[in-house]
Amino acid sequence: MRRPLSLAPVLLLLSGCAGVQSMSEGAGFGSQQFNHLMLLFLVVTGISYALVLVFLTVAVAGRRNEGGEARLRSLLIGWVGFILIGLVLLTVASFFSDRREARAGAEQEPLKVTVSANQWWWSIEYQNDDPSRIVHTANELHLPVGRPVQLNLVSGDVIHSLWIPALAGKQDLIPGRENDLRIVPTRIGHYRGQCAEFCGLQHAHMAFDVTVESPQNFAAWYAAQQQPAPEPTDPRAKAGHDWFMSHACANCHSIAGTPAGGVTAPDLTHVASRQTIAAGTLPMSRGNLRGWIANPQGVKPGAHMPAVGMTADELDAVASYLETLK
Amino acid sequence: MTASEHPDDTARDGPELDGPELDRILSETWGDKAGLIGWLTTVDHKRVGKRYIVTAMTFMLLGGMLALIMRLQLARPESGLITADRYNQIFTMHGSTMMFLFAVPVMEAFGVYLVPLMVGTRAISFPRLNAFSYWLYVFGGIMLWVAFLRDVGPDIGWFAYTPLSGPEYSPGKRADFWAQMITFTEVAALAVAVEIVATILKQRAPGMRLDRIPLFVWGMLVTAFMVIFSMPAVTLASSFLLSDRLVGTQFYNATEGGSALLWQHLFWFFGHPEVYIIFIPGLGFVSAMVETFCRRPVFAYPVMVAALVTIGLLAFGLWVHHMFATGLPRLGYAFYTAASMAIALPSGVQIFCWIATMWDSRPRFEVPMWWVVGFIITFVIGGLTGVMVASVPLDLELHDTYFVVAHFHYTLIGGAVFPLLGAITYWFPKITGRMMNDRIGKLAFVLVFAGFHLTFMTMHFTGLLGMPRRVFTYPAGLGWETLNMTSTVGAFVMASGVLVFLGNILASLRRGAIAGDNPWGAASLEWAATSPPRPYNFAHIPAVTSSTPLWEESLPVFSGLRVKQRELVLTTVVEAVPDIRDPSPTPTIWPLIAALATTGLFIWSIFSPWALVWGAIPVGIALTAWFWPKSPPRHGREPVIE
Amino acid sequence: MSIRQTFAGDLKVLPTHGFGVRSLTWWGVIAYMLIEGGGFALAGGSYFYLMSQETVWPPASLPPALLPGALFTLIILLSEIPNSLLKKAAEAQQRDRVLWLIVLLDLIGLVLLVIRGFEFAHINVRWSDNAYGSILWALLLLHTIHILTDWAESLVLTVLMFTGHGQEPRRFVDVSEDALYWRFVWITWLPIFALLYLVPRLV
Repeated sequence: MRRPLSLAPVLLLLSGCAGVQSMSEGAGFGSQQFNHLMLLFLVVTGISYALVLVFLTVAVAGRRNEGGEARLRSLLIGWVGFILIGLVLLTVASFFSDRREARAGAEQEPLKVTVSANQWWWSIEYQNDDPSRIVHTANELHLPVGRPVQLNLVSGDVIHSLWIPALAGKQDLIPGRENDLRIVPTRIGHYRGQCAEFCGLQHAHMAFDVTVESPQNFAAWYAAQQQPAPEPTDPRAKAGHDWFMSHACANCHSIAGTPAGGVTAPDLTHVASRQTIAAGTLPMSRGNLRGWIANPQGVKPGAHMPAVGMTADELDAVASYLETLK
Repeated sequence: MTASEHPDDTARDGPELDGPELDRILSETWGDKAGLIGWLTTVDHKRVGKRYIVTAMTFMLLGGMLALIMRLQLARPESGLITADRYNQIFTMHGSTMMFLFAVPVMEAFGVYLVPLMVGTRAISFPRLNAFSYWLYVFGGIMLWVAFLRDVGPDIGWFAYTPLSGPEYSPGKRADFWAQMITFTEVAALAVAVEIVATILKQRAPGMRLDRIPLFVWGMLVTAFMVIFSMPAVTLASSFLLSDRLVGTQFYNATEGGSALLWQHLFWFFGHPEVYIIFIPGLGFVSAMVETFCRRPVFAYPVMVAALVTIGLLAFGLWVHHMFATGLPRLGYAFYTAASMAIALPSGVQIFCWIATMWDSRPRFEVPMWWVVGFIITFVIGGLTGVMVASVPLDLELHDTYFVVAHFHYTLIGGAVFPLLGAITYWFPKITGRMMNDRIGKLAFVLVFAGFHLTFMTMHFTGLLGMPRRVFTYPAGLGWETLNMTSTVGAFVMASGVLVFLGNILASLRRGAIAGDNPWGAASLEWAATSPPRPYNFAHIPAVTSSTPLWEESLPVFSGLRVKQRELVLTTVVEAVPDIRDPSPTPTIWPLIAALATTGLFIWSIFSPWALVWGAIPVGIALTAWFWPKSPPRHGREPVIE
Repeated sequence: MSIRQTFAGDLKVLPTHGFGVRSLTWWGVIAYMLIEGGGFALAGGSYFYLMSQETVWPPASLPPALLPGALFTLIILLSEIPNSLLKKAAEAQQRDRVLWLIVLLDLIGLVLLVIRGFEFAHINVRWSDNAYGSILWALLLLHTIHILTDWAESLVLTVLMFTGHGQEPRRFVDVSEDALYWRFVWITWLPIFALLYLVPRLV
């Protein structure tokens, strides 16, 4: 794949270090376009600003200028011309950048994923013509590098916005509408996406993990996701499994291959393979898993997950079970 | 009808009735009763304007305190200083207070105070409506803040997107208080806009043709028309929202044929002009100050007027740029990109003209000019980042991030608040009769300017690093910690500057140097009045022969208005030829009573739709009493409005 | 004053009232029309926006009954005849003509309000049924508020005209502007009538 002119020095200057949620990562076709276009805009606007400052400095510091009216009139015309040319240039560049992005990867068959946003988590469904090969997950996206993914965006409640700054621009998820977002990831790595439209109490805690990987690794991940949850062999995990299925958890969550078939909460079939829980709020770990289950309202007040009363033993068992769900 | 021979009708101002004797009679005619009753019944645009300014600045301080709390919370990741719920209320209140209770009202307030003086008349066009609008504004603001202090403040953002703000996802009355605050403030703003238009078109000094109107007045005229055409949109939107919440209409409910985007279209149709409503009076301030301190009219007056009008018109064609991420047709977006870019042109032209004025003269850098220079340096950055977010591909990354927060604070603070602080310094002598302290003024500027850039320049980078807006906290490890801490420090520096500015005002009220009529040597008519102006503004109605009347050899004045009753002159719209002697309304308690009745109706209707029926009755009674003539029929005597 | 004054003219010969563009309150009425007209235009825009979200319009009911709406329209259009006469009489300051015309218009207003009640009763959809119902009720209610406020203002003016105040020239200006505002009320009715009664039958 062609490597564009490296913008890293310029952007590093501007933005300090890039990060997993930074636009300057340029890990997708869209964010690359953004960085190029932004550079052009910076140059043009920078020149304009410099001109204003120079004129201002001269006006403030200079001596009185006699008979300047005529000269100022021509300068004004020149300034208007400069602004017009600059604006037209930027508008046209913007238009072409938009078109380029719309056509990126158009010749390839995109990966199709439906994202359904809810207060405050992401339901992810990888589409497939064969219904038995559809994959349900939550709060994470795995994407093969270089292949376009078509995200079909819907909302289950209020307006949200899906945004993976390192890869591309955002698009809103609006109840009553279906929106589309096409992303072409171009660099392998781990990134972070976050809801970008104020959606209520825990809007700040509605993120998701994005893993861009080689086509082989993606295929392996996808195949693993299609497997139902493994039967627990450890007695504690078994106890946790039984507790889970016979209490409120199974009403909201689903775990493929078990009686748990709830759809109002994240799918947990492979929860232990995720990097974070509670929509990017806590890193995945035994302690965090237990803390979240024991006291969701303490971690994320207002989240729709209630505190289900359980003893320390029951908590331990359920957490052990969930940890087997890789 | 023959003129009356009653001495009250025949007593007129003129060469025979002039000086201290005239002042005594006119002050009696145009003055208010003493004490509290005078304060409550006044219809003097200067007194109403002053209370508007003080109230709006109070709301600015309150909104600023909320900002400091937000910055304290965000200084560290997952800081836990305040809860999510409280933060969401705070950022909603910060935006709503700043936009609806401070920015628009303070600009209108300066219009209310200055426009009649600048056009050379004795009163604003509808003085009782003016008084009414102030009461309605302050009652609405109080309602909102009382709700907030009782923990039922709105928590839906100042823009209240549906369906989050609808009945299903915002139970209780929080969103209703927000939506009804809109009704209060929009009715008040519309009333003032109507008064400003009528005053500028009909009450200008004889000879003040359209090409002799001060640029600030042109700015207020454009702003007033923008208010008239944009505010109905938000009032309609918020009424639909109140109705969805109270009586179950389905305007914004997608499952019953409604649309969440209907809200956005209606809101932003108002919302975009709104920011120009705030910004254009600021441009007017700059023109006034540049003219005075360069001792020459602003360069290319017709171009400046054309730029103001163009901005006012273009502002109505941009609103969809707030909706680039909602999935509307791309081709439509291209139009809004072009229009949003285009508005940079008249703004850029104005910047040129001000600098050109300075270049072609020897400017005096009194404190107001410091604010003008600060405005140019700051606002232009905001305008340029505006050009960036006008581009769809750029906006789809930058939208709803701290980059946009930086952009609009650069334009609103740089473009409106800096000129406002300069304007306060500039017109303080006229309003109070005293000068503000110079050195303290410069210190305030330095603190505010430095603090501002520290706070908000940083936010461009915070946004580029991926921090979204409206988040009560953020995780560590994304590179946002130092940037947020920097912004917080900057905010406190800026706040200290505001406090210094406020201290300057308070100290100067008591110990400032006595100003005299025209301490800056300015050219416009308000400086022909005393400092502060007498209740009647001008002893004789001034006329003008140029756009810089006080720089001419002498000031022509007209005699012949009644002095024992309130009277001013109406002139023709274009040429300002004297046309009619119009009586001006006297003070009365009815605007306050009507405002109280209206407040009752508005607040009651948050809780019951029947308020619209029963609550209308006291309002109708109050309005009838307001307009009912209170003195007996005149029978051939000169008319009065009492 | 910091500048020398010179007396340049005398205003005492000017009259103390004028009609139309010469009157300050006329500009107030025009500004009010711009505000309310803009509001109606936006409500109309919302109507079309909501219509574009549906495939069938009305989505689940019959259109409003045509008879009350048509009757209302007919009467309000005819009311322009006495209204124009009233405006002319006011501008000619003919008190007797003004008195009986304004009473006639008050009565016509009452009849219109009664018919309006029938329009609401036969609108054939509840405001809470769907967005179609909501926008129809909103449009009809907005217009009704204008009829009510203008009618109330007319009543107050009527009483005033019968008192001694009714001989003041400025009261005639008030009547003239009230008549002007009535024109706004029926002119804005026409597109609303179309949206309420015709469009649901045509699409």
